Amino acid sequence: MHVVVCVKQTPDSAAKMGVENGKVTWGDAGLVVNPWDEYAIEEAIRLKEKYGGKATAISLGPESAKEALKTCIAMGCDEAILLSDPAFKGSDALATSYALAQAIQKMGDVDLVLFGKQAIDGDTGLTPIGVARRLGWTPLTYTIQIAELDLNARTITAERLLEQGKQVVSGKLPAVVGTVKDINEPRYPSFMGIRKAAKAAIPTWSAADLGCEPDKIGGAGSAIRWPSVYPLPAREGAVEMIEGTPEEIAAKLADKLIADKVI
Amino acid sequence: MPTKLWVFIEHFKGVVAQSSLEALGEARRLNGAMGGAGVTALLFGQGVADLAREVIAHGADEVLLADEATLAEFRSEPYTALLVKLAQEHRPEVILAGATTRGRDLLGMAAVDLNCGAMADVIALTYADGNVQATRPVYAGKLLATAMADGRRPQLISLRPRAFPKPEPDPARTGVVTPVAPVLAEEAIPLKVLDYVVEQGQVSLADAKIIVSGGRGVGGPEGFAPIRELAQALGAAVGASRAAVDAGWIPYAYQVGQTGKTVSPDLYIACGISGAIQHQAGMRSSKTIVAINKDAEAPIFKLARYGVVGDLFKIVPALTAEFKKRLGK
Repeated sequence: MHVVVCVKQTPDSAAKMGVENGKVTWGDAGLVVNPWDEYAIEEAIRLKEKYGGKATAISLGPESAKEALKTCIAMGCDEAILLSDPAFKGSDALATSYALAQAIQKMGDVDLVLFGKQAIDGDTGLTPIGVARRLGWTPLTYTIQIAELDLNARTITAERLLEQGKQVVSGKLPAVVGTVKDINEPRYPSFMGIRKAAKAAIPTWSAADLGCEPDKIGGAGSAIRWPSVYPLPAREGAVEMIEGTPEEIAAKLADKLIADKVI
Repeated sequence: MPTKLWVFIEHFKGVVAQSSLEALGEARRLNGAMGGAGVTALLFGQGVADLAREVIAHGADEVLLADEATLAEFRSEPYTALLVKLAQEHRPEVILAGATTRGRDLLGMAAVDLNCGAMADVIALTYADGNVQATRPVYAGKLLATAMADGRRPQLISLRPRAFPKPEPDPARTGVVTPVAPVLAEEAIPLKVLDYVVEQGQVSLADAKIIVSGGRGVGGPEGFAPIRELAQALGAAVGASRAAVDAGWIPYAYQVGQTGKTVSPDLYIACGISGAIQHQAGMRSSKTIVAINKDAEAPIFKLARYGVVGDLFKIVPALTAEFKKRLGK
């Protein structure tokens, strides 16, 4: 079986984000694998361990995204490929999903594509479902468990976490699975894995390698513009501390919340 | 004849989603700015014709109703196929949906088919010169960004639940119901829904007006008992921080924060939650935040409107008793 996991490099989730001259900054915080993607990477490795075959990590991004791909190899992925080209710059979810789908099609033998739920930078969550649609493969977003995978019958059964509870669905392979936290507990990179990652050759595929049509990638392929980004307005007013015995606190708080009409 | 401003109506077990009603309210507001040609609602399902009345009362002038077995449960493929066909026929300018799991999938797939832009999880909209400009949180809500589509249409926009007010229904409103036929036959839909495990009697976090949330300070699974009692007294949903979920005290479905759910209740009561930046990402858009924590230095107090430094196991039960008394329960 060939399972592909798509990852993104993002600023650390603990980073203090800011804006300078219209550009997003994150101080001296590091770049990491998007935290949601760790669950997808773990799931890819577990599936490979259970069913055999290989797990390949791919990422669309600048040269620095190779570090995120090395993390994937250190955790246990067999191979990694960077999709990088100046022509990809400015890609929104529409253009990104196109380039990722081109890469997956180029590999030719993929059974399953895994994603984290969303990336913590743009937070759109549109890319996994976009890739599913571009490939015409079974879309299984918000998956909390892959219950059954039958490589002979080419079927997959999954539990999805929706607003009202868990939905159990079955579909055909190949499929695109968006994972949520709780599908597994991601492992830490092993010592052997880190050594392997340090030596790993990570090829770069360009837009031409992927056979991308120029008007479907980068700014030209993107439908969304971002006129501005800015810090959150500060929350108004300071905290009002309530003191007294528990009963007094409860009475005071109830008065205030009822007066504020939030209860 | 369908208008240029559409709203996708989501429903579950015969009940229209709050977020869809909120989208209808926002559509009415946009309709004024867009020239007042009216609002068209898309109602797909099985046995849902009765919901059209409610959809009209909340702001639709026309309902495109597809009522058929293949649409009984939301599945992204048949729903997308029908939405795309209708959009190709009638060329709407704007399609709104709630930013729920279903709404996000539907608009994300439709964006590919229609080769147009989708804006997800939007918290404010303006309209000028033929374009919708959307405000949406990025970087887990640490920053805000404005987004707009280039010339491509339609503009697909999912609205964060509870970011827009729910309109008051007007039973006197009238509207036209136009039947439409599904596109995909059952054989053409690879995905089958086998089961649905609904948590009984739980208030959904996304729709909750009040959330009572517990963190590391609750100390163990049994520590959620007073949290649940307060939630019950207030008709609130229960939430949790990552620390409590990772410790195995409560399932992941309850997690609020960067790798959990994003919520915007009127009132968020944080009990024994220090307020790590990742937790703030999921709840900072709450209207009023109450923090109860032993540690006076906890970052949660910087976000809170009201703060209590003390033992949650004494304060929370006192609050439960007080609210039971006040709310006559």
